[in-house]
Amino acid sequence: MSDFDKQQTVALEIDDLSFSYAGKKALDKVGFSVKPAECTILLGPNGAGKSTLFSLITRLYDSHEGQINLCGFDVKQQTRQALSSLGVVFQQTTLDLDLTVMQNLRYHTALHGLGKKDANMRIQEELERLNMYDRRKEKVRLLNGGHKRRVEIARALLHQPALLLLDEPTIGLDVPSRQSIVEHVHRLVKEHGLSVLWATHLIDEIYPDDQLIVLHKGQIKYKGSVDGLLKTTETTTINQGFKQLTQEEGI
Amino acid sequence: MNMLHFWRAMWGIIGRELWRFVRQKERFVSALVRPLVWLFIFAAGFRSTLGLAIIPPYETYILYEVYITPGLMAMIQLFNGMQSSLSMVYDREMGSMRILMVCPLPRWFLLLSKLIAGVSVSILQVYVFLLIAWFYGIEAPWQGYLYVLPALILAGAMLGALGLLLSSFIKQLENFAGVMNFVIFPMFFMSTALYPLWRMKESSTWLHYLASFNPFSQAVELIRFAFYGQFNQYAFTYTLSAFIIFMIIAVLGYNPSKGMMMKKGGR
Repeated sequence: MSDFDKQQTVALEIDDLSFSYAGKKALDKVGFSVKPAECTILLGPNGAGKSTLFSLITRLYDSHEGQINLCGFDVKQQTRQALSSLGVVFQQTTLDLDLTVMQNLRYHTALHGLGKKDANMRIQEELERLNMYDRRKEKVRLLNGGHKRRVEIARALLHQPALLLLDEPTIGLDVPSRQSIVEHVHRLVKEHGLSVLWATHLIDEIYPDDQLIVLHKGQIKYKGSVDGLLKTTETTTINQGFKQLTQEEGI
Repeated sequence: MNMLHFWRAMWGIIGRELWRFVRQKERFVSALVRPLVWLFIFAAGFRSTLGLAIIPPYETYILYEVYITPGLMAMIQLFNGMQSSLSMVYDREMGSMRILMVCPLPRWFLLLSKLIAGVSVSILQVYVFLLIAWFYGIEAPWQGYLYVLPALILAGAMLGALGLLLSSFIKQLENFAGVMNFVIFPMFFMSTALYPLWRMKESSTWLHYLASFNPFSQAVELIRFAFYGQFNQYAFTYTLSAFIIFMIIAVLGYNPSKGMMMKKGGR
């Protein structure tokens, strides 16, 4: 599904990124990369800097220190190329509640310059994958939380991005809805080679072969595999490992 | 990246705004009721107390209702400009603004498209208002209804750009009520919408100065002259310049390196 050049070695590369609000460091020399066909979980307690990091990747604002590359394009210098390879699901619902599912998705395809025929084809493809195609004519307001999220995931993939950013997408959802979203995204990684950066603080959303980044107080405390985390922290569960990394400073 | 992408995105933004407007019937009705109250009640009541000399573009004595109609057209656009900026602040708080901002197009273009969408809605409102006013007996030469269109586009763009500019500097929705009071009311009352400049000069010189420098006055005059088939060069230049200045500041306000987040102290 992805038009991302498989030759690329990284989908997202962040180097030495720092950002402060009014003198207070929100991100401190953050650096990591997300490889193609890899699901990277960004784990961090509230206030760790996850949302700031996402705002910088999506260029809602700029950082003066460090660099962000999306599929080889510098976010600050080559913004448009960089953003065209990015799909985003934000923490808050960003759908227009008074419009139908289809109208919301058509708005997105228009913003990404897709023609009517292509757009309809892509919309059908993504909605069918999530069993939502039959509901395309319904107003978004009438959908439940889980279904709204599915529509947002479908929307983020319409322009076939190489990297999908998810900012705590399962917050407030019931267990079956959460599970189905977690499964769907992991399937996209495995079967379609999508790269994913998933911010969460819910440990049960992590699969054993996911990559992990633990962010705490704006600093990276760990990056690597799940096994590696357990080894490094000498713990038996991700939860224990995570707690150890984020509580060592008495939090 | 090609022209087709720009074209599709712009239509997407305009289409969404128009569709939302058509669906929100209360917004449509309230946008119409406001100027109609001024026309049917305020102007009718004021008719006897305010005498008007013959001033261009009018060639005869006119009723007060006739005088204030162009001012009310501009008022519709002023409210619309502020309302669309209100919706942008709302969108930003709610996050849907982010969907727009992460699409791979230049920000100035996205803002311009938003602006055009807002202007289209305001022009629709103005023409419905004019239709009702016509039934009430306020008529202009038929060409006036055509000539006024480009004037409405420019005036709407200027007021919309002012709205964009304000939205880029307002951090939260709550602050907006203040802006309504500090922008809409002074702009409207200190303008030629309700009374001609020479009448203002009689009562207060400084008010006269403020009104003549108020870009809203110039937008009103541009519309007034166009409605009677005439071109007011000064008002046109003034409105156009104000539009360019407001738009530049608005685009800077939405610049990720200089804009809203940076003012929160971000670095």
